Amino acid sequence: MDRRHFLFGASALSVVLAGRSAMAEPSQRKTLILVELKGGNDGMNTVIPYADPLYRQFRPGIGVAREHTLQLDERVGLNGKLEPLMDAWKARDFAILQGVGYPNPNRSHFRSIEIWDTASASTQTLGEGWVSRAFDGTRLPAGAGVDGIVADSNSLPMMGPGLRTIVMQDAENFLRQANAMKSSAGSNDEGNPALRHLLDVRHEVNGAAAGLSDKLRDGPTPAYAFGPDNGFGHQLDLATRILMARVPVVAIKVALLGFDTHANQVPTQERLLGFLASGLATFRKNLIAANLWNDVVVMTYSEFGRRARQNASAGTDHGTASPQFVMGGAVKGGLHGVYPSLADLQDGDLKHTVDFRNVYSTLARGCWGLQRDFGQRQPQTLSFLA
Amino acid sequence: MMARLGRRYFLGGATALTSALAMPRLSRAASAMGFDDARHLLSRTTFAATPAEIQNLEPFDFADAVARLLANPRRQAMTVAPAWANESLSFVRQQRQAAQEEKKQDKQAAGGKPVNLAQQLVREQGRELRNWWVEEMLATDQPFVEKMTLFWHNHFTSSIQKVRFAPAMLAQNALFRGEALGNFGTLLKAVARDPAMLIYLDGVRSVDRQPNENFARELLELFTLGEGHYSEADIKNAARAFTGWSIDRESGLFVDRERQHDQGAKTFLGQTGNFNGDDILSILLRHPRTAETVVEKLWREFVSFTPDPAEVTRLAGIFRTGNYEIKPLMRALFLAPAFRDPANRGSLIKSPVELIVGSIHVLGVPVPDNTQLVRMMGALGQSPFDPPNVKGWPGGESWITTNTLLLRQQFLRRMIEATTVSSMDGNMMASNRPNRRMDRRQQLPGGASESGPTMETHPVEGRSLRDAAGEARLGPTLTGFDNATLARTLLPHKPIDTVDIGGQSPGAVVAALLLDPAYQLK
Repeated sequence: MDRRHFLFGASALSVVLAGRSAMAEPSQRKTLILVELKGGNDGMNTVIPYADPLYRQFRPGIGVAREHTLQLDERVGLNGKLEPLMDAWKARDFAILQGVGYPNPNRSHFRSIEIWDTASASTQTLGEGWVSRAFDGTRLPAGAGVDGIVADSNSLPMMGPGLRTIVMQDAENFLRQANAMKSSAGSNDEGNPALRHLLDVRHEVNGAAAGLSDKLRDGPTPAYAFGPDNGFGHQLDLATRILMARVPVVAIKVALLGFDTHANQVPTQERLLGFLASGLATFRKNLIAANLWNDVVVMTYSEFGRRARQNASAGTDHGTASPQFVMGGAVKGGLHGVYPSLADLQDGDLKHTVDFRNVYSTLARGCWGLQRDFGQRQPQTLSFLA
Repeated sequence: MMARLGRRYFLGGATALTSALAMPRLSRAASAMGFDDARHLLSRTTFAATPAEIQNLEPFDFADAVARLLANPRRQAMTVAPAWANESLSFVRQQRQAAQEEKKQDKQAAGGKPVNLAQQLVREQGRELRNWWVEEMLATDQPFVEKMTLFWHNHFTSSIQKVRFAPAMLAQNALFRGEALGNFGTLLKAVARDPAMLIYLDGVRSVDRQPNENFARELLELFTLGEGHYSEADIKNAARAFTGWSIDRESGLFVDRERQHDQGAKTFLGQTGNFNGDDILSILLRHPRTAETVVEKLWREFVSFTPDPAEVTRLAGIFRTGNYEIKPLMRALFLAPAFRDPANRGSLIKSPVELIVGSIHVLGVPVPDNTQLVRMMGALGQSPFDPPNVKGWPGGESWITTNTLLLRQQFLRRMIEATTVSSMDGNMMASNRPNRRMDRRQQLPGGASESGPTMETHPVEGRSLRDAAGEARLGPTLTGFDNATLARTLLPHKPIDTVDIGGQSPGAVVAALLLDPAYQLK
């Protein structure tokens, strides 16, 4: 199948609409866009407590200068590299959740992202991703053959029996390759776990390809082009096309990597924050233009923030709580929660003021209408989603 | 064309493992292992075996074959190292500065488009580095040593993306190869002083006043004890003990700067003293978890996805009481009943490097330029010298996602449809940047190629699975074997999809077998 055929093939829009109507209350469900900042983004140089004298004291070499801080209120401001997000800030559809973390923080990259991805307690190991867990026991529409799309390589948040998730970095090639692959129907794994995994994945591909090809073939093109930023723009472009084609997925995941700034942090983090801001700003403009901005919620997250004090290498070591960004037409913009006190550290780290599982509970309700407490005894609904 | 023929000759040389195994010292014991055992041993200890290699091994006793595999490990690569192998850090820095100057001038001259030549230089050396290692994997007479080198690279990870100093990455690779089947204690102590590691995990920046915890944390979490067997305080104290271990700014070699070493008392895993880095490593080598961590990882690499706890304890005991000698451990691992258990055959998923190097070897496909292979490895999730993070490639089931399964099939279809690997380019969904410079090999006299950076795509007679008329046919490694032998060679199992073994030409059968899900298993 060549590109022309792929783009201009003969599927009717009515097919797309019929697929959507099979969903339960489709108009109320929003697609969550997960944006993973891999490596542990330094929250204190992202959302900067610029008015606190301790900030300068902790970060004499790498602190963001006042003139490069975009003031949000009398206490905190954004890193200047995030300037492209100020449109959203002014339009009040950009929320900043301050001090998000969890008790007994783990400072291992691998363990901490697993905690975030599975919504587990720090002391608990779960194998299933939190988005999948949210949908356990619910019935998803069979129509599209796919419920979650991962455009980077870490699919854990959406892995589990609750969802049909595929990893797909390039839609066109995905479909072309999927069409060339045999079907797994009726294959026997003979009790071999490796073979079972291979056959399961093949089955997922077959199902997703069947559901996606009709919709993406006629999908519109985003109005504003994404920059070539480190692959991040490409991932957001794919996410935009999926949304514009109205593929009824519950979540799409993208990622930006390289935030593990132990040494010479400033140029690296500034470059990455620039990519993040320009990518999300373009994404927002595209969805507003397509009249879809009310149907999505974007959430950034990272395995942890970093130590309050800089290290001797002009970098920062693994820390704990940090801010999250949430954006979307239904989002209540502004600062939410309380910035952790720099005067009250625990082992040199910020104490979290918001548990990330409350963020997830709020999203599960606001995006998908699901009441989920993620193991919290007293779950709280936060105010960032209407 | 000369270079390509020479290349082929080398590929033929890769069959030398089995000829080495078949040396007179090996007894044709009463207990001939047979085809399936021979295939299994080779599938785990090489990248993949041809039918001839399996048949050469099958008359021999299994334990003898294992002993021979471990007898005389190659400690140095066969492939000539890239020209910059011994460049110093200061020289590389000068080159980068010169490149930057050139860039400024170019920019002024051209009046515009900024080109980051310094970055290009790093990237080019990285490309040559990866091509060099893949060449060694294809050409070596001891693939098992390369697999162990890759194992240690995946255990003591460093990435050229951060290190940005190719000679140090090459030296680290030489360390892994030299000690691949040597001594783990020696290896651990050398790794802690290894310049690439010191750059990768920020040891170079760690000084007494402000120790950098990066190396200490990963040392405990990933290289030795594993999570849950130490505290945050242990990490902080270990980091203090390693302060002062750094690299010389001129040579790029290890240096111990005593003045930057924290001389205070440190408490580490319940012991207190004025420890230095070696003291910490000695304490770790006395801890039972260290051997267990390594054994668990070896088990997942060579035996099955799920280590047997009792066997891990037993093998870790052998490892620790044997003073961390690697050969006796590997011998015990291969002779463990679980290794040959029918349930564990075909129970592992080939890594991208194994899939690609192994397929090239078994099909006998000529490779004019390894760049395409390396790019495919990256797209499948395993770019050598560039693991995704310090934990390395997680491997196992994670090799196969919806994305990578499709890419693997695409690679294999191209191996079937195309004639040489170079003609695989074009539709790869991997980051398919234009190849700015030719492989250096092609710039050498005799290997000169007029096609320049554009890949040659003409068919090479007899090497493809299909000829011009579309009839499938086989290269010399697979010619002359019946369909049943081809199936038993290429798959650890009977085919999952329907393959008409009786009724089709051997070429068509091989094509179908390569696309069968069972081909992804080893």
